[in-house]
Parts: sequence; C-alpha cells; structure tokens
Amino acid sequence: MKVLLSWLQELAPFPDDPELIGDTLSDLGTPVEAMERIGEGWDGIVVARVLDLRPHPDADRIQLVDVDPGDGGPLQIGCGAFNMAVGDLVPLATIGSTVPGGLRIERRKLRGEWSNGMLCSSRELGLGGDHAGIRILEPGAAPGTSLAEALGVAPDVLYELEVNPNRPDAMSVAGIARDLAARLHLPFALPEPTVATAGAPAGSATTVEVLAPELCGRFTAWVLRDVTVGTSPEWMQRRLTALGMRPINALVDISNYVMLELGQPNHPYDLHRVAGGGFRVRRARTGEGLVTLDDVERTLTRDDLLICDGDDRAVGIAGIMGGAAGEISESTTDVLLEMAWFSPAAVSRTSRRLGLRSEASARFEKGCDPEGIDRAARRFCQLATEICGAVVAPGSARAQGDLPSRAPVRVRPARVNALLGTDLTADHIRDQIEPIGFACAPVEGDLDVMVPTWRPDTTTEVDVVEEVARHWGYRAIPIRQLSQPRSGGLTARQARRRGVRRLLAGLGLAECLPLPFLAPGQLEACGLPPGGIELLNPMVAEESVLRPSLLPGLVQATALNAARRRPGVALFEIGHVFGVPPPGQVLPDEREHLAVLLAGREAPAAVATWLVLADQLRAEAPDVENAEVPGLHPTRAGRVLVAGPDGATPVGTVGEVDPAVLAGHGVEERVAWLEVDLGALLDGRRRSGAFRPVSRFPSSDVDLAFEVPEATSAIAVERTLAGASPLVWSVRLFDVFRGAQVAEGCRSLAYTLRLQARDHTLTDEEMAAARAACIAAVERAHHAVLRG
Amino acid sequence: MIDEIRVLAGDAVARARAAGTLDDLRALEAEVVGKKGALAGFKRRMGSLDPDQRRHVGQALNAAQWEVADALGARRDELDQAGRRSRLERERLDLTEVRAGRDAGHIHLVAQVIEELEDTFVGLGFRVAEGPEVEDDWHNFSALNFGEHHPARDMQDTFFVDLGAPGEVVLRTHTSPVQVRVMECQPPPIYTVMPGRVYRNEAADATHLAVFHQLECLVVDRGITFGHMAGTIDMFTKAFFGEGFSTRLRPSYFPFTEPSAEVDVRRPDGSWLELGGCGMVHPNVLANCGIDPEEWSGFAFGFGLDRLAATRHGITDLRDFLSTDVRVLEQF
Repeated sequence: MKVLLSWLQELAPFPDDPELIGDTLSDLGTPVEAMERIGEGWDGIVVARVLDLRPHPDADRIQLVDVDPGDGGPLQIGCGAFNMAVGDLVPLATIGSTVPGGLRIERRKLRGEWSNGMLCSSRELGLGGDHAGIRILEPGAAPGTSLAEALGVAPDVLYELEVNPNRPDAMSVAGIARDLAARLHLPFALPEPTVATAGAPAGSATTVEVLAPELCGRFTAWVLRDVTVGTSPEWMQRRLTALGMRPINALVDISNYVMLELGQPNHPYDLHRVAGGGFRVRRARTGEGLVTLDDVERTLTRDDLLICDGDDRAVGIAGIMGGAAGEISESTTDVLLEMAWFSPAAVSRTSRRLGLRSEASARFEKGCDPEGIDRAARRFCQLATEICGAVVAPGSARAQGDLPSRAPVRVRPARVNALLGTDLTADHIRDQIEPIGFACAPVEGDLDVMVPTWRPDTTTEVDVVEEVARHWGYRAIPIRQLSQPRSGGLTARQARRRGVRRLLAGLGLAECLPLPFLAPGQLEACGLPPGGIELLNPMVAEESVLRPSLLPGLVQATALNAARRRPGVALFEIGHVFGVPPPGQVLPDEREHLAVLLAGREAPAAVATWLVLADQLRAEAPDVENAEVPGLHPTRAGRVLVAGPDGATPVGTVGEVDPAVLAGHGVEERVAWLEVDLGALLDGRRRSGAFRPVSRFPSSDVDLAFEVPEATSAIAVERTLAGASPLVWSVRLFDVFRGAQVAEGCRSLAYTLRLQARDHTLTDEEMAAARAACIAAVERAHHAVLRG
Repeated sequence: MIDEIRVLAGDAVARARAAGTLDDLRALEAEVVGKKGALAGFKRRMGSLDPDQRRHVGQALNAAQWEVADALGARRDELDQAGRRSRLERERLDLTEVRAGRDAGHIHLVAQVIEELEDTFVGLGFRVAEGPEVEDDWHNFSALNFGEHHPARDMQDTFFVDLGAPGEVVLRTHTSPVQVRVMECQPPPIYTVMPGRVYRNEAADATHLAVFHQLECLVVDRGITFGHMAGTIDMFTKAFFGEGFSTRLRPSYFPFTEPSAEVDVRRPDGSWLELGGCGMVHPNVLANCGIDPEEWSGFAFGFGLDRLAATRHGITDLRDFLSTDVRVLEQF
C-alpha cells in the first residue's frame, strides 16, 4: 500500500516531518519499504508546446519534435515516445537541468540530429507510474511556465508500506491516517461528505437482489444522472499515478480514488448498458463463463459469486473484476454505482482459483467495512458532482445478506499485563485503543471492548492485547530476563552427531549440503531402485523427487568437481532421506543418513572410515559383511553392522560406487562409498565405558593362523579372539592368504595376539592355556581350523 | 729417559692433533697409552732405576700420560663433532617445501552456524529439538493457527508431497512444526531451540533459496511475558553477535503468535539487520497442543540461518550454500 504525506495531511494535522511519519508508521507495524520524495528536483523543467512532429531520417524508434519552450521556438528535441500530438503541452527538461533520476540533460546528437533537451514521462519526473509515454499536461499553462507551478505540485513524500493480513484498515489512506494520528495524539475523524440529491430516487431506477446472502453481506446500488465523463483533474491523476494506478477517465478515477482513500472497492456501470437496470447477486453455475475487463474468458464454479444484470447475465465477478459489459465510456450519461460487502473467504477462494488478483480483491480478502459503504458512496457522489456535474438520485437500492456478528470482547487488564509484562490499568488500555475506534465499557474492573467494523481481524482478547501493545509501543514494554535456573544441553544423539562431524573433518573430508531433490530417472542412473516419493508441484521437473539415498547427490557432486578439474574429492553429508511410508503411516519413512565419498580411493578406504567412525561412536560390535548392494561395485560392496537387540543389525552400506554408475556420470576414477543410517547408529548400543587398567608387567605375542570360510567376517574372528581369554590385550590381523595350501572356499587369516596379565608376568603354562582357549573359541564360533 | 718420554709425549700429542679419524686415534691410543703401549714400556723399565730417578721418571710418565690422554680426548671430541655435523648436514630438510598433503577437512558453514547458535542457547539454559522435514498439514499449518484460507498455504509457497490426501503432506515451510511436536510430547516448562532445513516453493535467486535453514526458539512456562521475549532476544543477540549489538521489535503478523513482531538487530555502526520474527505463542496454538493458555504462556522466535551466515562472511549469492564445488566448501 502506498500513501502520500499530503493525502494523510488532509485527514489529520500531521507535521511536515517525513522521517517522523515514516518511523512511526514502521513502529505501528506498517513498515516503510520505500520512501520517495516527489515533486522535487524539477529546476529547469518547464512546460513546452508541441509545434511539429516528424520522423527521424535515420531512426525508426525516435521522432523529432519541435517545441515552443516559452520563447516561441522552434526547438528541436529527439524523442523515443510517440504519444503526443501537435498542440499538446509536455514537460521539457532543458539543457543543463537534472531530472529526478539523476540524469543531467545536455545538448547531444541522436543519430545525427540535435536534441536540445528531453521530454519527460511521469516516471522520469519522479511521479511514479507510467513510463509508456511522455506525460501530456492539462491544457491551460503557458509554455515556459515551470512544471511545478503548472502542476500545482508542492513537494510531497510517497511511502510504500507493507501491510500485514491482520490490518485490513491499513489498505486505505484514511485507515493509515487513523492509526498514525492515534499514535501521534492528533485528532482524526473520517470525512462526512454531503451530497445534494435531485430527481427520481435510485430505487425507482434500479433493483438489487441478493440470492447468495452467505457470500454477499450487503449490496447497494446508487444512481447518478447527467454525468460528463471526461478526464479527471490533474491533482487526482497525480495522486492515482503516485499510488500506482493508471488514470482512465473521470468516473473510473473517482472510483479508484474512493477505494484508495476509504478502502471501499466499488464499481460504476453505465446505467443504460446494464440490462434490466438492476443487479442480481448469485452463485455462478458450474461452467458458466465471463470475459473479464482484462479480456480473459473465465470459467466459474458454484463457489464463485457473480454480479448479474436484471436479465441474469453476468456483468462481473463479485469483489474481483468486472466484465466488459456495462463498462463506463466517454458517452456514458447515467451511472449505476455498486458498493457492496463480500465474504473475504469467498473472494479469496475465487481469486486464488482463477489466479486473478485486483486492488478490489486484495481489500475484500482482508475484510472491508460493511458500515463504511454509505460514506464511500457519498464520497463518490460528492466527487462526481464536483468533477462530472453528476446529479445524484436520492437514496439507494439495497439488499442485505449475512454480515459477521459482532459481540464485545472481554479484555482483562490482568491478562494484558500477564502477556505483556506491563503494569497497565483499564484506563491505560482504553487510552491506547479508543482513538483507533475500539469502544471500551468497564465491567467489574475489566473492559467490554466493541471492535470497530473496519477491524474484522480482531475477534479475541489476545487480538486486542496486540492492539494495546502496538499503540503503547513495543519499545515501551520493559525488558525482562528469564529467571528460572535451568540446565540446557544437547541430547546424547546431538552431541555424538557433532563428534561424527569433527571426526570426518579431521580425516580431511569436506561437508557439503547439495540440493536434496532429484530428477526423474536419477535414481536409476545411480543403480538404485526407482520409486522415490514425488512432489506434486515442483519448481522444475529436475527437482521433483525426494531422495531415498544420499548417493545421487554426492555422485553428482563428484562429477561436477571432476568436470572442474578437481578429481579426488573427499566429501561427507549428513542429511534426511525419505522412504515409502510404512503401513499405517502417512508421512514417509524419514531418516537421517551419513554418507562418505572418497574419490580416487578404493573400497578399503571406505571400510577403514567405517571402522574409525564406529570406534569414535564406541558402537558395540561393529562389523562388515560382503554383499551385493544396488549402486555399488558388485564385487566390492557390503553392509556395515552393529550389535542390535536381535544380534548383528545392518545400519548401512560400504564399498565402491558401481563403475557403470560412475561412467554414466563421466567420473573416471574409483570412488569409495559409505552410507549409514546415522540415527540408528547414534542410538545404537555402545560398548562399555569402564576403564581397563593397563599392566606394568611384560607382554608376550602369539601368532595364530586359521583357515576361515570366505563367508565369515575377519572382523568377527578378531572379536572372538579378543573375547576368548582375559589375558588377550589386543588382536591384530597381519596376514591374509589364499591359495592351493588353503581349503577350497576358505582363506587363511593370521592374527597376532598380545597377551598380558595385570598383576604378574605370564608363565608358559598360562600362555599355552590362553592360546588354546583362543583356538577353541575361533574353531567353535566360525567353522575355522587352525593352520599347522 | 725423561727426555725420551717428553719427546714421545710431544710426538704423540702432535699426532693426536693431526689424526683424521677415530680409528687413527684408537691406534695412537693403543700405541702410546695402551697397556702394551710405549709409555707402559717406560714404566716397565723404571724398575732398574734408583729411587730418586724413579720418582722423577714416574712424575714425567704421569704427566706424559695425562698430556697424551687429554690430547686424544680433545681430538676425539673434535672428530665426534665433525662426524655429527656431516651426518646432520646430510639430513638437512627445507621445511618451507613441506605441504600438508590433505587439509583439515571442512564442516559446512551452515552446520557451523547451527552449532554456534545451539551453543549460545544452551548457554542460556535451552535444549535442542529436531523434527521431520516432510510434515503433515496439522503440524505445519493447522496446529499453528493457519486458517483454512491462509495465503501461506498457497501452491506458490508450499511444496506438496504426493502422499496421503491432496494437500495433507508438505515439505515443512518453517521450523515451527517442531514447536508443535515438542509441546505435544512434553509438558511445560519448555525452553527449546529447533534448528533445521525448510522448504519454500519459490525460484532461487541470489537472495532467496527454495531450500534453506531456520532456527526457532520456544519458551513455555508460567508467567512468561512479552518483556521476557524482548529480554531473551536481546541477550541472545549480545551473546551471539557481541556486546555492541542491540535489538528492536516492530509489530508484525504471524498466525501462530500474538502479539507478533519483527526483530531487527542494530549493528555497532548504527545500521540495521532484519533478523527474523517472534511473538507470544497464540493461545490457539497452546490449546491445540493440549496446554492450557490461561495457566501457561510463552514466546517463539525464529530466523533464517543462511542469510545470517552470508552477512557474516560477505556471501552475496545465497545459492553458494547449496554448492558442492570444493572450491566453495574448502573456504570454511
């Protein structure tokens, strides 16, 4: 919403202090997004009369204009606009002047022809709005008159305000002035226009029928006769332009002016072009069509509300946009004026469904004042009388539908203070909100507050509390600190996740957060099963699938870096992945995954990372099992496991990315890969944290080699050895051998055991017993055989 | 005999000084001062001398012994030093030629900022909660007092997921649904922050991302007021940005808080940074989560992290946060 300081000043005696006004508006919750001083910087810009127009000999998009700048002329100007005619008065920025945008005007050649100044558009003059052509001035001014004098423009300030959905009142100049005046303790009263009426009453010329009272709370029709349409006065055009509306003709301009000033959208029709001379307001029939003013054919549903003429033909979509029929034209003499109140929800629904927004719908959606209709109509009639010579018929034709019910809101000062941390009395509260129209009646220490009809957003006590706070001033509310002592902290899972980040960064990896959306077919291109959950309304098709794995994103990252001559990247990502919902659940199977990608490295690098990671998290019984995994190298892949309630539980996959997948992405190096369900891992069982005292007695090493079936994990054998005797301090795999000397389907695994007792030097007998226990444990647990 | 000894000693000292290797020294030592050396020979011959002569020769022998031993020792030290010097010279390294081979690794800037913010709030006595990124309508909108026709539910803003009834499942548009989840499963008092990734269906440009991060702060307790909200935000700002920073609240609108405010941070140079939004938790939201709004009150405060980090590091295009180019990642 835009407002002009001069317009605000018509409604309340605001000081000429643009900064104060701007700061106060922001402080009231209508923040100033832009503040523009207009009508300044017009030195050297004068009125000129067009004497002659002719084509530029060498340029199609420039014409040569001879003007009289006050000395009789002719002065030749090159101009890129073609909207003026001989005799028009136009603004001329003379040589040496600077236009408001900062451009300094000099004599220069345009394609070989001299241009001795610049003819200006409204926007170039800082008047906002139209840039389509040169501003054509009202006739009357003498050439050479300064532009400011000719336009009667005093310097003004244009504010562009952001208006929140809970401020329907701030959609009008008057509403903004009311709020601002209250904060600045200045008197404000809405204007009460008076209109002389004559002729047959409106009710004799038109009829109104509301067939959908639940969508149309009030509908009034007014009749103005003997109108001369013409153009609106310069001052009105200037205000409309500044606020972003294009002047059309006097009646349309008055209609827009009243909407901007009072917030009441309205629609003038040519009385003689409304068939049947009256209105029927009804729901559209399914499939019913209407061509709106923007020349688009709209197809409607039962949810949409139509304004129809007396013959039941649609002439407009209620509250949004009129149709072409019944439009005001230069030849209009009698006017039928619609002023109505429509259900905000209905207007919003229709406007969204049609993708059609207008100044009117923006106001009806937020909620207009049903009690402001008559005032707005009188304002229209007053302006039309003054500008168009209208003769206003007495009264109006009207019909009543359902309006929101109104009941006082009970506001407890104790509650106000409990929410705000203030110490306000009922009188304080009343002083804040009565100036903005909230009528307060004391009831046993509390207040019964009647909310004004222009604030339909306000229905509950807390809504009123917000109004009190807004006008008392957020900055006037005393700051307090939370006082209760509390112990904050991270959960174990959050702290462990941080440990994972530190570890992986310490291993030289870089964390990345690629876009979590995939393109259709991207899963398949990564060797993964299709069927990712899809978005219904993606921005682009390439970002339409939710990822079930972190693999596609990181493979893509590898390809991107390789293409930029950065092979060998080491990346990790912690992010959510989305699986198909389990039965009985609507939301997806959402999990937090960790992925590690080591380009230029082979599968063992990923396994090593897994073991370090599991060690860092003190995961109980971390293990690896060889397995074929989609997307991974068929003979270099496996699952990683930890101890779960039912034994070893897979928590992820490890290996190398499938060479075919890499080739498909243009990656020419091997890529080691690890992806784990981080949530399962972080919440999994942890090995004991109890201290194991170290011995100061000598240790002895024993080497044992076993024939172990290929299907048995070397890690599992190692763990069996470690647990076989209390004397085993550590176990290390030092050799793996496959060949003729080893049984078919087995390999030889050789381990060094370091044996040690806490409180004495081991005897040969003890060592032999420990050795035997280790051999027995491995042979029993793993179908392994000791090698001789 | 004494002269002979002196000559021998003088000669031995000269040879010791000239010795080129430790082996030469060892040979000289054996030849002169060893058990079978020349000086020992004189010692054996001393028995034939009279006692007076024997005393003089004995003194001369002792002096010669010491003189030669000193010379040998001195030369040995010299040769040791030289040997060590040449050995060390052979090991010489130019340390400026060394490179790390790999760098320290990098935690993503967003993760760093989240951790830093969490730590700040933890220091103020808060806990940290998380929630899913795919949400149902209840948690993302309805429970948060978004009316059925609220514009935020428009197709323009929200990504809808092809699950459940049409419109039922969305990518969360803010971290506020975690508020609802926390309140649903935990009775007050609640002092919690909720960081996370959020989604808006709008074209990404230098100043907007479709995927970005927020942090939300929720307090629900007895006697919590707007004044506490202002105080907490101010204390957080000073703890996170520094003592020279302050805050200002301006009226605003969010469906799930009332009164609502925008939070601006004032930098020491007097300029303002729009940080985020806040407000007193709307009574409807408390009631939706089973908390009696007459007994408990609270506030919520949330802001975007990416823009905060961008401001701090001079990142002018927010899309760099989604970059997987290691030239970007390696800078943080």
